[in-house]
Formats: sequence, C-alpha cells, structure tokens
Amino acid sequence: MTASTVPAAAGAAPPSQQPSPETGSSGDGQGPGPRRRLTPYWLLLPAGLWLAVFFVAPFFYQASTSVQSGSLEEGFRVTWDFTNYSDALATYGPHFLRSFLYAAVATLLCLLIGYPLAYMIAFRAGRWRSLLLVMVIAPFFTSFLIRTLAWKTILSDSGPVVGVLESLHILDFTSQLGLTGDDRLLATPLAVVCGLTYNFLPFMILPLYSSLERIDLSLHEAARDLYAKPTTTFRKVTFPLSLPGVVAGTLLTFIPASGDYINAQLLGSPNTQMIGNAIQKQFLNVLDYPTAAAMSFILMAIILIAVTVYMRKAGTEELV
Amino acid sequence: MDLDPQLYEGLPDPVRKAWERSLTSGRAAMSRRRLLRLGSLAAGGAALAACGIPPAEGSRGNEPEDNPDYSKKERVLNFANWPLYIDVDDKNKKKRPTLDRFERESGVKVKYVEDINDNSEFYGKIKPQLAAGQDTGRDLVCLTDWMAGRVIRQGWAQRLDPARIPNAVANLEDRFRTAAGDPGRQYSYPWAGTACVVAYNKKATGGKKVTSVSQLLEDEALKGKVSMLSEMTDTVGLTMLDMGIDPGKFTDRDFDKVIARMQKAVDGKQLRRFSGNDYLDELNSGDIAACLAWAGDIVQLKLDNPDIEFALPESGYLFGTDDLLVPAKARHQANAEALINYYYQPEVAAELAAWVNYICPVSGAKAEMEKIDKDIAKDPLIFPDAKTIERGKNFRPMSTAEQARYENKFAKLIGA
Repeated sequence: MTASTVPAAAGAAPPSQQPSPETGSSGDGQGPGPRRRLTPYWLLLPAGLWLAVFFVAPFFYQASTSVQSGSLEEGFRVTWDFTNYSDALATYGPHFLRSFLYAAVATLLCLLIGYPLAYMIAFRAGRWRSLLLVMVIAPFFTSFLIRTLAWKTILSDSGPVVGVLESLHILDFTSQLGLTGDDRLLATPLAVVCGLTYNFLPFMILPLYSSLERIDLSLHEAARDLYAKPTTTFRKVTFPLSLPGVVAGTLLTFIPASGDYINAQLLGSPNTQMIGNAIQKQFLNVLDYPTAAAMSFILMAIILIAVTVYMRKAGTEELV
Repeated sequence: MDLDPQLYEGLPDPVRKAWERSLTSGRAAMSRRRLLRLGSLAAGGAALAACGIPPAEGSRGNEPEDNPDYSKKERVLNFANWPLYIDVDDKNKKKRPTLDRFERESGVKVKYVEDINDNSEFYGKIKPQLAAGQDTGRDLVCLTDWMAGRVIRQGWAQRLDPARIPNAVANLEDRFRTAAGDPGRQYSYPWAGTACVVAYNKKATGGKKVTSVSQLLEDEALKGKVSMLSEMTDTVGLTMLDMGIDPGKFTDRDFDKVIARMQKAVDGKQLRRFSGNDYLDELNSGDIAACLAWAGDIVQLKLDNPDIEFALPESGYLFGTDDLLVPAKARHQANAEALINYYYQPEVAAELAAWVNYICPVSGAKAEMEKIDKDIAKDPLIFPDAKTIERGKNFRPMSTAEQARYENKFAKLIGA
C-alpha cells in the first residue's frame, strides 16, 4: 500500500493520501545531504530489525526443521528429507482442503455482512459514525478465546439459538445439507464457519470502511446528475472505488482464518478439524517437529500462491 | 545407546541395573553421537545443520555428586505443577494454606507455577535444556507416571536421598511402591493418584445409566453427545480395557485395533469431540450426555450438579499417578525433598486431598480426613477400597519413538 501509486480514479478523491517521498523531502527546505538520504533507512530500521528477529530467523529455522529427519530421542538432523512434505500432503490433504473451504466461506460471509455495514457507517451514519466504529472494534476488548467460548454457550444444544432454529425447521434443512448434525449446532461445520465469520468480521469491516469513507460524495451526485439509477451508481462508481478495501479485507480475513485452530477446536468436532489443529497436534503432542514444520510451509505456500493469483486478478495498483 | 526400552523391560533386575550403569557412567555412552554431530557440522551444509534439534539423550546427571546443590545458600524452590492441583484458600484465592505453611516452617520460598497443561507439551518444553545438560529452572515437576518414567529412564531425574524424605518413605501406600517407570521409587513420589472413569449426565441421557466404553462408542441413543479425552493414554487405555486388552502390556497390534474401533465411532459422528480439561461445562449443561472423565473433576462437579453420575466400568478403569521428580541439574534438590517430605505427613496430605479430590497416596491420611470431612473419607474416588483398587489398571511406559508413533495415530483419529 504505497502512496506513490495513486490510481486515476482515486485521484479525484480529496487529498487524503500522504505526500510522496519526493515532495515530502523537498518541502522541508533543506538540501539533500547524506544524512537526509539515509533517513528512510533509519525509519525502516525498527521494523526491519523486528522482522529479522521474529520473521526471517524463525522462517529459516523452520525451513531447516522441515527437511530434517530423526526422532526426539536421537535428535533431528538435516537430511534434506523432502518426504516430510509429500507425507504431510498425503496424510493431511483433507485438512488443507477443509481449512481453505471454511476460510473461503467465512470470508464470503464476512464480505456479505460487512459491506452493507461499512457502507452504512461511511455514508449514512451521520453523528453515530464514531460510536458505530467503536462498536465494531468493541469485541477486541475481550480476548479471542473468551469470545469463542461464549459462542459455545450461545449455540449450546439447549440454548436459545438451537431452540429457535429447530422450531422453524431450519435445522432439519441444514442437517440434510450436511452442515449440522441431529438437532444441534455445536460440533458441526456450520458452527466452525460461524465462529470464523464472527471472529474475523472486524478485519473485513475496517478496510472496507476506510476505502468507502474516502469516496467523494460529489461523485454520487455526478452519477445522479447523469441519470444513473442508485444500483448503477453503486455498480459503476461506489463498488469499483471500494475495491482496494474489498481486496484488503478479504486478505485480512482469509489468511488468518485458514490458519486458525481455536474455532475448530472449541466449536468443531473430530470431523471438522482444520490444518491449524493438525499442526498444533504434531508440534505439541506428537513432537514430530519436521512434519509440523513441513505442514506450516505447505500452508504458507498455498496461501502465498492463492494471494498472488488473487492480487493479479484484482490489480495491486488499486491498493491505496 | 539406542537400546529400545522394550529390550530391557522384563529383564531380571541385575541385568537391567548393569545396563543402566553402563548408560549412566559408561564413557562410550556419550561420545558417539557427539562425534556424529561434530562430523555433520564439519561436512558442509553447516549453517542449516547447526539448526538441527539436539538429541534427547545428552549428558546424564542423575547422581547427586554431578549436581551441586545450592539449597543451603538459596532458600528457594521452583515448583511446576498442573492447574488447580493444590489447595487454595476459599476466601483468598492467592493463598495456598498447605504451601504457605511449608514456607513458614522450612523458611524456603516456593515459586509455584502452574505451567504444566499436557505431559507431551511440557516435555517438549523442558527437553532442550535437559538434553543440553542445563538447569531447566525448575526444581520440582509433576508428571504423569508414564512420562515421569521416560524422564527417569533417560537419566534426567535426580536420585532422591531417602534420608531426607523419611515421611515419604514411611507413609507411601504399599501399592504405589512399585511403579513401572520407577521400580524402587528412587526418583519419584506420587503427588496424587488419578482415575479415569465414565461419567454421564442423568438428565441428558434420560435417566439411562452409562457404565461402559462400549456404550459411549456404540450406543445410538448417545450419538453426537459423547466426548472423550484428548490425553491419549486415558482414552486409549480405557477403550483397551473395554476390549479385554491390558493397557499395562499391550502391543502395536492391540493399539491399532483400538484405533480402528474408535475411528468407526468418529466416522459415524458418535463422538462429539475430544477435550482437554474443558469437558466439564458441557457435561454440566447436558450438551455432552456421557464422557470419559477424570474422577477428581467429577467429585467436584457432583457437588454442584446432582444429575452428574460416574461409573467404574466392569472391565476396569484407568489408574495412574502424577509423580513429583527433581529434573537433572536442578539447583535446589534438598529444598524439593523437604517439600516432598512435608506433603507426606498424613494431616497435610488429607488437607490437600480434601481440596483437589484426587486419590491420596499417603497412608494415614484417611484417618486425618475423617477429622476434616467424613464424606470425603468415605468417597471411593479419593480413598478407594481394596476392590476398587484392584480394578484400576495402569498404562505402561512408552519409549519416545513408541509414543510418537501412538500419538501420531491418535492425533489422526481425533482430527480426521
């Protein structure tokens, strides 16, 4: 999300973008001395160090672990054993598929729920805007774990949600689709997807809001002046301008959701475990570090490929 | 060096002792692997190879003279235990009456940390230090018998000095004196005994009694309302008993049979989930109608909810101990021994058992308990009678390789 690539469309928006580095430095009225040329690097230093210590180093450590073989008792040694990868894929293929399926459905649901809400907050909330935004973030005041545990009570077999759905015969319908079990929501795929959707919804709403909010309302007026129907205005003006938010929101939702294991652990059953659960088990219970590392790398690789393809399609230059 | 423990299990004692001696003091024991590691370092690919995870058998330091004891100078003790496994004051949850009294009497400051949640997980955490021959920062840890047995076998537990734990030597119940993982109780003493049983919520089962693992796995009426434990030894052990297999002697084949049977229950959606300590809420609410449970939990839950019942299956239940041991290179062995000795006084043991509700391994504690709470003294889950004791079976110790294999199969079962 660099400020130097401003698309033509967003250029019409109010000047909310940061000035590009060139204009920023010349505005200070100082000559481009060597110290000033180094400034960007100094600014990069804290984040760079942080990434080096907490991302690059563990990354290589895991990469090395994933090609080791041996056992806990004999120690693990690097043997360039790539069968760790093929074994992990063969054994845990269904987990990978399930994870991406759940994450994709949750992301879609987040978009469907989040977009109208973000739209409402950006354009129609008036003086309630700040309050509504705070309410979107409010769930973060309690821990992720506690929130998910609360869902166990809400979705409990004898709880209100199951009671209502049952009397409306919705559960019969979802059971036939294989989404829920006999008269229950907990320990079903539906519960896991609902948990994921709930937990990652704010990550969808906030980027959507921030890109909707900077759309100049005069563009809407212009569309109306040109006799565009409200739906056409949305299709031709609002939605294209909000695409950066859609892309950022879907990524921020999909990536963590596909690696998540808390929701499947607490709301799922043995038949709905995701790849995160499998990796956790390998690391902490089986203590087979190479396989676990290989699984993590496969997860990372698939996400990376999926994201690259997605960004190509969506167009990265729109990501302001 | 790479002897499979199965090789020596069942060997006559003198042979096994000789084998142990050669491992602990034989110089050859440690050199080969070290040479191998040096070799691989030298042989290119050095940078990545250096990242290798060191072997789980390093220096052996279980003889007192290898481990300088700073107990006299430093009056502290680092004690790692499971959550909710010690008595706390009803009014002030930060106070632990028995532990506070130990601190006052001995002058030893105890740093009590509840950082053990899972045997394997904790082992993975302290293993690197143990393997490297370093202090783990913990002077006393509480591990389930099979895991304690492994740590002892690997030479990572310090031999206790019987002279410093006279209460423990005198008051340990006879039936705990021989443990598969520590035959003469040279390294470990039980903190509490655990029993894994079948429990159910009468209201959720419609008044139906659930008394066997077969019912949990195959009774249609319980479909989708059954949970089992994510602790492999407990769940597999109880299912073994149900199938007439002795969890103290099972083979790989037996293990696979158990997994196959449970797989059917998972595929048929009979089992709702495999849980850690968090099954109690759902059992209480009735979302889980029947489950495998730890007896101590059920004793406590029954007090709050009269619908909760437990059953010791006809085929037997799984019995085990959580053992205290001093990890190799710990700095304060004498302080740790003082604490073990303190908790083996019958009145202290009774006070502890009255709160944690697990099986008390200290003889004479029952008489003390009658003074505190007559009901608890009568509870067969805390002071089992001879018949109940007989039906409890222990899960055998496993080598690391075996355990990895079993845990792997079990992990696939519970997350397929």
